[in-house]
Amino acid sequence: MTVFLTIVVIALFGITLWQMSKILKLSQQGNGEHSEVANDKDNDIQGKLMLAFVIFLYVLTGYCFIMYRSYFLPESASEHGIDYDLLMFISMVLIMFVQTITQGLLHFFAYQYRGKKSNKALYFADNDKLEFIWTIIPVVVLAGLISYGLYTWTDIMNIDEEEGNPLMVELYAYQFDWRARYAGEDNELGKANVRFIEGINTLGVDVSDSYAMDDKIVNELHLPVNRKVIFKLRSQDVLHSAYMPFFRAQMNVVPGMITEFAYTPILTTEEMRMSDFMVEKVATINEIRRAKSKELVAKGEESLEHYTFDYYLLCNKICGASHYNMQMKIIVESEEDYEAWLKTQSTFKEQLSAQASN
Amino acid sequence: MSAVAHTEDHAEDHAHDHHHKETFITKYIFSQDHKMISKQYLITGLIMGIIGIAMSLLFRMQIAWPDHQFTVFEVLLGKFGTDGVMDPSIYLALVTIHGTIMVFFVLTAGLSGTFSNLLIPLQIGARDMASGFLNMVSYWLFFLSSIIMVLSLFVEAGPASAGWTIYPPLSALPQAIGGSGLGMTLWLVSMAIFIASSLLGSLNYVVTVINLRTKGMSMTRMPLTIWAFFVTAIIGVVSFPVLLSAALLLIMDRSFGTSFYLSDIYIQGEVLHNQGGSPVLFEHLFWFLGHPEVYIVLLPALGITSEIIATNSRKPIFGYRAMVASILAIAFLSTIVWGHHMFISGMNPFLGSVFTFTTLLIAIPSAVKSFNYITTLWKGNLQLNPAMLFSIGLVSTFITGGLTGIILGDSTLDINVHDTYFVVAHFHLVMGISALYGLFAGVYHWFPKMYGKMMNKNMGYIHFWVTAIGAYGVFFPMHFVGMAGLPRRYYTNSNFPYFDDLQDTNVLITLFALLTAAAQLVFLYNFISSIFYGKKAIQNPWKSNTMEWTTPVEHIHGNWPGDIPSVYRWPYDYSKIDDDGEYVIPGQDFAPQTTPMQEGEVELHH
Repeated sequence: MTVFLTIVVIALFGITLWQMSKILKLSQQGNGEHSEVANDKDNDIQGKLMLAFVIFLYVLTGYCFIMYRSYFLPESASEHGIDYDLLMFISMVLIMFVQTITQGLLHFFAYQYRGKKSNKALYFADNDKLEFIWTIIPVVVLAGLISYGLYTWTDIMNIDEEEGNPLMVELYAYQFDWRARYAGEDNELGKANVRFIEGINTLGVDVSDSYAMDDKIVNELHLPVNRKVIFKLRSQDVLHSAYMPFFRAQMNVVPGMITEFAYTPILTTEEMRMSDFMVEKVATINEIRRAKSKELVAKGEESLEHYTFDYYLLCNKICGASHYNMQMKIIVESEEDYEAWLKTQSTFKEQLSAQASN
Repeated sequence: MSAVAHTEDHAEDHAHDHHHKETFITKYIFSQDHKMISKQYLITGLIMGIIGIAMSLLFRMQIAWPDHQFTVFEVLLGKFGTDGVMDPSIYLALVTIHGTIMVFFVLTAGLSGTFSNLLIPLQIGARDMASGFLNMVSYWLFFLSSIIMVLSLFVEAGPASAGWTIYPPLSALPQAIGGSGLGMTLWLVSMAIFIASSLLGSLNYVVTVINLRTKGMSMTRMPLTIWAFFVTAIIGVVSFPVLLSAALLLIMDRSFGTSFYLSDIYIQGEVLHNQGGSPVLFEHLFWFLGHPEVYIVLLPALGITSEIIATNSRKPIFGYRAMVASILAIAFLSTIVWGHHMFISGMNPFLGSVFTFTTLLIAIPSAVKSFNYITTLWKGNLQLNPAMLFSIGLVSTFITGGLTGIILGDSTLDINVHDTYFVVAHFHLVMGISALYGLFAGVYHWFPKMYGKMMNKNMGYIHFWVTAIGAYGVFFPMHFVGMAGLPRRYYTNSNFPYFDDLQDTNVLITLFALLTAAAQLVFLYNFISSIFYGKKAIQNPWKSNTMEWTTPVEHIHGNWPGDIPSVYRWPYDYSKIDDDGEYVIPGQDFAPQTTPMQEGEVELHH
């Protein structure tokens, strides 16, 4: 279907060129009037092209919304994401409505009132009532959007560590990878600072802090479903941004300070994989990868791996040459699976003593 | 003030003495004539534009075909494109310099510098700028900063590559990325000079508009172009110094070991001594300029289109006072919305709420402007010259790009589209493409004034339509790629199989970009050939009301031979009729500002 759009574009482009050549000819014949200023013929053609253009715009819009519908992110995998998606949907409907009407009017007027020598424009300089109306409408609509948006924003950003039993996880960013540190049994993260970085202690955890001993440092983020997670974000070197698109979550990671973000995952990795959307999406992707692999193999290169969906965390703030490949896998699983996985990970204390015994 | 008086006297003398000889150097190089300085700005801006756009084509090709080897990479990028494979760090450098050049050198200096210089004295009825000398210095500082910026491309470790926003610590530490060494130093030096240039220019514009208006040219009779340039200059004076201080502190962090922006950093096996600084401070300072900058770029374009749409609609601009009020409101609000670039920077979320509020407020004057443009077209007698097409195009992209601002300005919705291609699509449409359309509209419209020749309209039409289709072809699908969560500034997306199905769209976007860029060659050809071989222009080709069209086609120092004409009416008396339904000036659908009110005519617009 990309072909279709390309054809439309080429067709419109062709029409443009054809019309241009026509004007060129016409203007060469009638050299009586002062040229290089639009005459009635130009106005007529350009006015019609304006109408054609708004149709192109509508077709382009329709095409994008239909053909690229699989680009939209799947249903939110976090609790607050449901509100986020609703707000996004409302805003989208609103702006597409305004877009359709205003673009239509703009280009239609350009067509309808294309100039003719015999025409007279209307001297219409002011109309207070009209202007009042189109000031007050955006005011009211935006007031609604703002209140709804701010309500949701406060909800998301108000992180209460006391409420419920949130899981504390530190996300640690450095050029060009991520680490996660779990708070362990006491659910309390040990203190840390880059000045403590030494040997195996790559996150700079404070070895004198007793809270730190049961912390667990891993390179794959496992989260239990339906339990709130509070992320504490820390950077080792430059700005990074922890972007977890499937959870509608993002927060910059800033050296010198600890930033935070919290959400409750509500869909396990398995559930997301089995959703209709993801099954279809992954099938499409694998089809693309198979086709590409064939080409690669023909060139004597390695083929691409088969893709299975996993949540991911990626860096979304320019951070250096390998910024484009700074990611971490996220696995959302049942409470039991999570506990089982966590047991297999060694604590900070164990890591330290392992280093000492070496 | 004596300098001003002197310039005026000199101009007066000169106007009466046409045999006064000027040397090549004082006429074409170190000229103090605003018309020549305007042309210098335009040509320098266009050359920088060619560099900036060429860079975008290179990195678009990389995104579309990441595994492909392009000889052009090797030719243009040298060791950073060995075997036709683009180096990831030079990709970031291209993105950085593209942004810097387009925002500052093309759309600030090239657009505002060109048309403020050309139109402020001509449209308010002044012999020249308040200080011709400072004006000249302003241009040459801009030229110098352009040279330094271009030179920085040839530095051993690569040019600045921390993004055009140059957030530290990345921009402060050469260990973090090669481009943060000498390349970044040159970037900062170039920008410091650029800011000096911009300030000198802006102060001159403000003083000129306030002091040198001709008799009868009250503030409410100024064309909207002048209002836009005037207010733009004020925003520039308010916000550019803050960027300078941000840059100075960064220079100190980089070279003198201070810790304004740096704290707790461990890089390449070493802990830095810096303690207590915060990158968030830099973000605040940067965006305190950065956001007004958007309007510094956009307002002149909106001013230009207001003038062109009214002239070519043969109608007064609808709601002149509302347009002025909108410009003022936008200018004021633009200085208190910067935080919407920082919702997820780690600053207090409550601040996010405040900035959401002010940001969505700015949508109101913007909406009023759009509606007023549309109403101006209504029942007009539209003369669809290339300049008019670009102006209508601007309103179109301004609406499309502005509407997505409602999503990005909402702190909640920003969370998931922040720094994705959705943002890239948004700001390119609303400030990039819109301002470029304003620039093109201005060039087509005032070319006769600048060069005394007409540009070829048919090439203008081709230029417009291919650009219009191409620009939407590039940036409309890009929103959808962004909604998929594709981050910007990624050298390749192939490390995330989830993005594999976006690849076709990325190819499509790049193809449109190549097509659009090709259309700019038509413009360049038209521009250059028209300077030399264009049809000779008449004095007032677009039958316009404003004062610049009362000056002779041949440029003279001092603009008007003899006395400066007085102004008797506002600039938008197009198709004004008297009680009998006849035009107020029989046989002519426009009444220039210099025409006295006719017998029995009433002032209708206030």
